[in-house]
Amino acid sequence: MSDDLLLSLLWSVPMAGSLLVLLIPKQFPGVIKWFSLVVTILLFGLTLVAFTKFLSESPSGDVPAASSLRDRAAANTLTGPVGDAVTVGETGKAVGDLVVRHPWIPYFNIQYYLGLDGISLSLVLLSGLVCMLSCLASFSIEKNVKGYFSLYLLLTSSMMGVFLALDMFLFYVFFEVMLLPMYFLIAIWGGENREYAAIKFLLYTLFGSVFILVAILILFFWPGDSVGSFGGAATWTAHSFDSIAVAQAVSETGYYGRFIQQVVFLLFLTGFLVKLPSFPFHTWLPDAHVQAPTPISMILAGVLLKIGGYGLVRFAWPMAPAGAYDFSYYVAALGVFSILYGALAAMAQTDFKKLVAYSSVSHMGYVTLGMAVMVIAGESDPRYYAYGVNGAMFMMIAHGITSTGMFFLVGVIYDRAHTRDLNKLGGLWNVMPIYGAVSFLIFFGSMGLPGLCGFVAEVFVILAAFNYNPTLAVLAAAAVILTAGYVLWTLQRVFLGRSEEHKGLPDLTTREIIISIPLVVLTILLGVYPSVLLDWMNPSIIEGVVRPVTTARALTAAGKAALTPIKTTAIAPQTAR
Amino acid sequence: MSSALINNAWLVCVFPLIGALVTALAGRQLKQHAHWPVVVGIGVGFLYAFTLLLRTPEGKDLVAFSWLSVGDSLKVPIELRVDGLSTMMLSMVTFVATLVAIFASGYMAGDPGYTRFFTLFGLFVFSMTGLVLSGNFLLTYAFWEGVGVCSYLLIGFWHEKPAAAAAAKKAFLVNRIGDVGFALAIFWMWKVSAGHSLSYLSILSHEGLAALSEFDRTGISLLLFWAAAAKSAQFPLYVWLPDAMEGPTPVSALIHAATMVTAGVYLIARSSALIVGSPTAQLVICVTGCVTALLAALIALTQTDLKRVMAYSTVSQLGFMFMGLGAGVGTVAQLAVVAALFHLFTHAFFKALLFLASGSVMHAMGGVIDMRRFGGLWRRLPITCATFALGGLALAGIPPMAGFWSKDEILTALNKASSVANQQGGPGWGVVYGIIYWVAILTAFMTAFYTGRAFFMTFFGPEKLPSPNDPEAEPVDASHDNGHGHDDHGHAGHEVGHESPAIMTYPLIVLAFCAVFVGMIFGPWTGWFEGQIETMIGFHTLNPSEHHGGHEWDWLSIGVGTLAGLLGLGLSYLFYGQPSPIPGRLAKAIAPLYRLSLDKFRVDEFYGLLIVKPTTLLSKIAAFFDTNIIDNLVRLVALMPRLFGRDLLAPYQNGLIQYYAAVTAFGVAGFLTILLLF
Repeated sequence: MSDDLLLSLLWSVPMAGSLLVLLIPKQFPGVIKWFSLVVTILLFGLTLVAFTKFLSESPSGDVPAASSLRDRAAANTLTGPVGDAVTVGETGKAVGDLVVRHPWIPYFNIQYYLGLDGISLSLVLLSGLVCMLSCLASFSIEKNVKGYFSLYLLLTSSMMGVFLALDMFLFYVFFEVMLLPMYFLIAIWGGENREYAAIKFLLYTLFGSVFILVAILILFFWPGDSVGSFGGAATWTAHSFDSIAVAQAVSETGYYGRFIQQVVFLLFLTGFLVKLPSFPFHTWLPDAHVQAPTPISMILAGVLLKIGGYGLVRFAWPMAPAGAYDFSYYVAALGVFSILYGALAAMAQTDFKKLVAYSSVSHMGYVTLGMAVMVIAGESDPRYYAYGVNGAMFMMIAHGITSTGMFFLVGVIYDRAHTRDLNKLGGLWNVMPIYGAVSFLIFFGSMGLPGLCGFVAEVFVILAAFNYNPTLAVLAAAAVILTAGYVLWTLQRVFLGRSEEHKGLPDLTTREIIISIPLVVLTILLGVYPSVLLDWMNPSIIEGVVRPVTTARALTAAGKAALTPIKTTAIAPQTAR
Repeated sequence: MSSALINNAWLVCVFPLIGALVTALAGRQLKQHAHWPVVVGIGVGFLYAFTLLLRTPEGKDLVAFSWLSVGDSLKVPIELRVDGLSTMMLSMVTFVATLVAIFASGYMAGDPGYTRFFTLFGLFVFSMTGLVLSGNFLLTYAFWEGVGVCSYLLIGFWHEKPAAAAAAKKAFLVNRIGDVGFALAIFWMWKVSAGHSLSYLSILSHEGLAALSEFDRTGISLLLFWAAAAKSAQFPLYVWLPDAMEGPTPVSALIHAATMVTAGVYLIARSSALIVGSPTAQLVICVTGCVTALLAALIALTQTDLKRVMAYSTVSQLGFMFMGLGAGVGTVAQLAVVAALFHLFTHAFFKALLFLASGSVMHAMGGVIDMRRFGGLWRRLPITCATFALGGLALAGIPPMAGFWSKDEILTALNKASSVANQQGGPGWGVVYGIIYWVAILTAFMTAFYTGRAFFMTFFGPEKLPSPNDPEAEPVDASHDNGHGHDDHGHAGHEVGHESPAIMTYPLIVLAFCAVFVGMIFGPWTGWFEGQIETMIGFHTLNPSEHHGGHEWDWLSIGVGTLAGLLGLGLSYLFYGQPSPIPGRLAKAIAPLYRLSLDKFRVDEFYGLLIVKPTTLLSKIAAFFDTNIIDNLVRLVALMPRLFGRDLLAPYQNGLIQYYAAVTAFGVAGFLTILLLF
């Protein structure tokens, strides 16, 4: 399968599914459900195909995992002057390296530009899995099945697009498309207060995306000087939405200057922190989670929050490294504060789902912290920063698995006991032993117990933080006590004890067990053998984040990136490998 | 030494794990035989470990696959360390675990959670053996939490009982506090160690230690001790251990007396090459151990719940071990480390014995464990009585029982420390160690006293059996209500007042044999134990004692220690051997002190007030802040468009032509005026 086809299918299969669902008469809800499930299974299969392609040798003799996205992007350069009809891949071997590039709106140099590296692939795999599992979890939806699954597949499609897009304009389009189905899924299929939650989610995210849009436009329009050749253009004068080329120009030449980088960084940061979410932009999350139906909560926690983190990893840091460095301490402190604040707020909740939502705020704090601990100045070894970024990415995957599981488990009990009030639950382990065992494992995974997935992420992040600033690290480490506090207290209130009221509730059904198994297996696998992920994710992180950021830092430290754009023409044109 | 045997030492962990998995998967089919896979798994593990022990390994590191790795710089392999210390610990753990598992198969018979119990039991032994075998601080940390989880699940085994669920949570949380210290110690070590390796070998070797500054050594040592204090129930983090007695008695015997709680001692002993580099840390360890030992012994004096007496006794004995570790200043180092580890070793046998014997009493009494509600049981429970007596003598430190040898070594180390500490630490340190020495002897006296008290109250005096109609029976008081009624799970239909079945008494007999003889077999007489410990990493970097060859007997400690033990036992016989008015009168005479001891010095209440309350309050504040301040700010922002658009500007768009015309006219007039004026 060619790259063109594969990468395009990853977002267009669910899109097509979304349209085809509309053709199925609504008298057959079963058909609609099974059809959607087949679509998501197919999608997950495609992500696995992409994964094998990433790790195996392409016809041109390269292993995508072994070369940086930057090199692969350069091999797919569009040739010819901007604005003309151009052909792809004339300069390099464009087959099999998981990058696709075509002109889309040539006038503005906007491209249909998709690509995968370890960073995005890990999230694409996660999305594929979570979408499949929550599709299965959606089988209990009874109301307007046709509309639900159509929107659901549209949501899936846009999420895939967000992770695939390397062109910032295209990214933004997918990012915005994602909001509408989410809005309707909460507003129509949600709980009692669904309309308020849905509109809050929509407006808040739109508010955040304005910042992102402004940042992208600044990067596009800021009149820097021409700096040699990037991305195939003879002279590179910004006016590009090519995220890879912009990041390269910024890190190697300090193209936009320090001040603009600071502005761009803050804009990106604000926009993506809303999505992540981090304190103080997190209040939409508890509302959205509590009101959303279970499968949508799973998607929301498992995938949507990761888009915020992905944005930080892919855009905020690499495109404005000098700005990121200048604010790193405050961002790290914000991360630590989010961790502690989320944990404390979670402890006070009596609504099971709200508690899990706040625990997401707490865990996403580790992502912010891991990104921010930029130990790259002075005598410190820049490799330490790699642990932070790896930890942040690992946290996203680990949290994607455990929080999906937790929201699913909350949904299971809500379906049966019709309450999420922690004070009304209790004694469920005796009543539902399999459910209890799965819950303990997933919650312990979220708590960061060694041997389960959350632990690895926390170790990496706090280790990097310790090298950055011991005080912040001590605070972040102390948060595990709070985390243990709310997790254990929750488990005690839900599962331990004896309850007459909930006697006779049925244990997990086969469908529910099928949903749990992958989550349980991954929770253990990633904890016991994290290399299964790190081995191929780490090189991309080094190439995609750590190296550009370090290069840029060296440039700033040497005083080359002044407050105004600098003139550099010494950059050699990128040659095809 | 056949290397294949050593290279496969990981099998010792794997056998119990397999046993646990088999029980978990096939438990439903096995029914009342569900304990067999676990018993056999642990038993085979013991045989393997004991074979290793007999071969006296030289010390070897095994590396399996890489666990955590990022690029080339951060690598945490799964590595194991096989040396005298680990094989000794392995043998002890698996031996005691086998016996406790056999005992439990009788004790837990008929419990609806039989399969779950043995699965967790096997998992615990897996984690514990892993902890002991690990050759790497981060891996140790992983197993450290692993035993914590198993302990949590086993304390809360009868989780329908709110007290058990609460105790389980408390144990986990307090341990989690300690884990933070451990984690920080690991990060610190990683940062300063050469090559960023966390393996014992590279940190504790001579070169590894040389790379650390005095500040690093003190900081890391204190953080490690913080972790150890939580796991090994030292002041002020001991509060979880007495509550942990809510778990089934075999669990108390194995986890909360013999093995897991000694993990902290093990960790500090393992790192002794590092700790010795910091006299400050040693003093802190020694003083903390001393305070803990004294405090716990004082509480144990008045408790009426047999298991709680044993629990506080465990806390106190762990304090003794830390006193020993802390005494390793200067030339005493080697002696002190061996003494502490040896006490860990002997304590495991006699304390497991005492717990199991208590369990046997409880079993016979239909779940009642309050010593005021039974008495004079020696005739009805002869084997339990005899084995309890032997265990008690060992705990009291009467020669030639196991406890005597190890306690004596600790006292000797303290005595010597008091004479050399002045040169190592500073002026006055010798006095501090001297005080600790005498407090330790006082504690030994109290230990003998409460041991004797427990024994005489249970087995001597007029025969008394608990019965709900018994006019002597006290009304169910608060401490009882807290929790032991549940221990009669599965004992339904069991006649009260009979000796336990053979499956339970045989383990008692074997352990009693150990309580008598391990001190003589392994102790300073033969030097076997010391010979094992010598292969530990960094042992030879500790300052060797001046007198080499042959054990040096400290007759003062032997004499005073033994005397304290005999006095304590004698006094307890006087008080409790027969019905006597003395204890009651004494209690009245020093009523405030008596109450304080009975109320466990109100440490729990203190924590509740000082930590739990503020934290919950803080969390409430955070939640309030979130919904009422942050979210309202958000809503305020959302309100802005409406305020500006509808409330402020919309009224002007009222659709009246006259109004628009008027505004226009006034506007033009205004502009003209301005133009004319300027």
